[in-house]
Amino acid sequence: MERTLVGRPIVSGSAEGTALVSKEPLSFWGGLDLSTGEIIDRRLQRSGAVVTGRVFVFPRGKGSSTSSATLMESIKTDVAPAAIVNLKVDPILALGSIVSDELYHKALPIVVLAEKDFYSIKEDDHLTIEPDGKVLVSRKPSAK
Amino acid sequence: MRILVRMAEVQSAPEMMDVSQAHIDGCGLLSETGLEFAETLAVKGAKVCIPTTLNMGPLDLQNWRRFGVNEDFAAKAIRQAKAYTDMECIPTWTCAPYQSYLTPRFGQQIAWGESNAICYANSVLGARTNRYGDFIDICAAITGRVPRCGLHLKENRKAQILLRLIDIAPAIMRNNAFFATLGHLVGSQAEDKIPVIEGLPVDASSDQLKALCAAAASSGEVALFHAIGLTPEANTLEEAFQGGKPEQVIDIRLSDLQKSRADLSTAKEADMLDLVVLGCPHFSFDEFRELARLIRAQTEKGKMLHPNVKVIVISCQTSYALLQRSDFLDVLTDFGVEITLDTCVFHTPMVAPDTKVIMTNSGKCAYYAPGELGVQVAFGSMAECIASAVKGHIYRKETLV
Repeated sequence: MERTLVGRPIVSGSAEGTALVSKEPLSFWGGLDLSTGEIIDRRLQRSGAVVTGRVFVFPRGKGSSTSSATLMESIKTDVAPAAIVNLKVDPILALGSIVSDELYHKALPIVVLAEKDFYSIKEDDHLTIEPDGKVLVSRKPSAK
Repeated sequence: MRILVRMAEVQSAPEMMDVSQAHIDGCGLLSETGLEFAETLAVKGAKVCIPTTLNMGPLDLQNWRRFGVNEDFAAKAIRQAKAYTDMECIPTWTCAPYQSYLTPRFGQQIAWGESNAICYANSVLGARTNRYGDFIDICAAITGRVPRCGLHLKENRKAQILLRLIDIAPAIMRNNAFFATLGHLVGSQAEDKIPVIEGLPVDASSDQLKALCAAAASSGEVALFHAIGLTPEANTLEEAFQGGKPEQVIDIRLSDLQKSRADLSTAKEADMLDLVVLGCPHFSFDEFRELARLIRAQTEKGKMLHPNVKVIVISCQTSYALLQRSDFLDVLTDFGVEITLDTCVFHTPMVAPDTKVIMTNSGKCAYYAPGELGVQVAFGSMAECIASAVKGHIYRKETLV
């Protein structure tokens, strides 16, 4: 099953990976371990999950304004997610990716989706992000 | 400027506008990329064009050796600090800039980083800033320009949801722990909306509102709240909602505050305590005064700091300069309180690796400590923190809620 969602590219780019879905917002600073890529906000349901190389699907950022610095550092050290899919534009995360692009020519694609599309993505769906904000979703056929 | 313009596109801002003051958060975290960014700007000769204060940095610039910070980390932190002061930022090094120097005025357009300071500037002072993240803050300070959007515009500052305090006894609202507890709750309830709180005491102090802001901006993303009769854009409900109606009304009762308070702790009552952290955000002179009073009350009963417990207070040069001119400094140091300036336990490696349980009166510190420091945390009032530091284990009388 494959379908295409049309989102708004906040930071344009191409990426693909499996979806890591969180229902809760996250502060990257204080919420992401920069050496392991692990979600370390112990209050969140997805605490312990590793974002590295995944397409990280979560509603929006919150908390620390250092999250932009945390995101940029994670992009440089290859700990970052492959891409971010949000429900709401978070200027602080966009900033981390944009400054990384300006300094290192290495941007992390960020796409914002409409509510219905956003919630249609399930854990481990394979997502392909296109520069124009399209998100191609393919779901592995159930093993059962 | 290119970064600012790209951000304007992200935020769908039609044009740029002037700001007349900035507060830099990007000087806080020490990372390879953050250092490279700052040095790139500084080497090119960039200078700020508006008065620009600095958030706490990654190092106590004068006393770091005392806290066992390694030389390599310190050398990089000093380079980062120098890059920002070379750009002519004011070396305030504090996360409570609104209590230190150059407090913004009502309606002033500013570009501030640091989540608690953003919330305080917007809510308590009525200055206008968006949530500026690390790196755009210094870009705004160098150019004096930001995208015209969001909380810079009056129409985007109207309250969206109403939080009503129901049957909360005035004595509870006088306890400092109430404000952090409420902030933690407000942050999780407000989500991405602007809340207005009804029922807060109108004589709440700067330190109490600081605690509320810090907690609300950690559990959530609150950049602006209103409080009826207390904050400057909310003399009445009608003013707070700018004539509109709340999208949602949420009642807050004692039981909600109790739940919020419990949610701030991961450690249990009577757990052995290793470290008390006070001053998140940075301690004011008045908080030093209160701490000295609490310590005196213990020492007059012959009580001392438990040998297994350390007490660290984080503050800034401005508060410390006043402290040095008072009698309180000796009371604190005689008890064994360690004071660190310019920095924060989260950004400088000063918490001993074998630390397992910490206690704090800060909702923000309690929120981030389990993940960032890998410790169990207990939240309590300043009095409960000091009582616990004397006993050597977590001891809360549950005087609040």
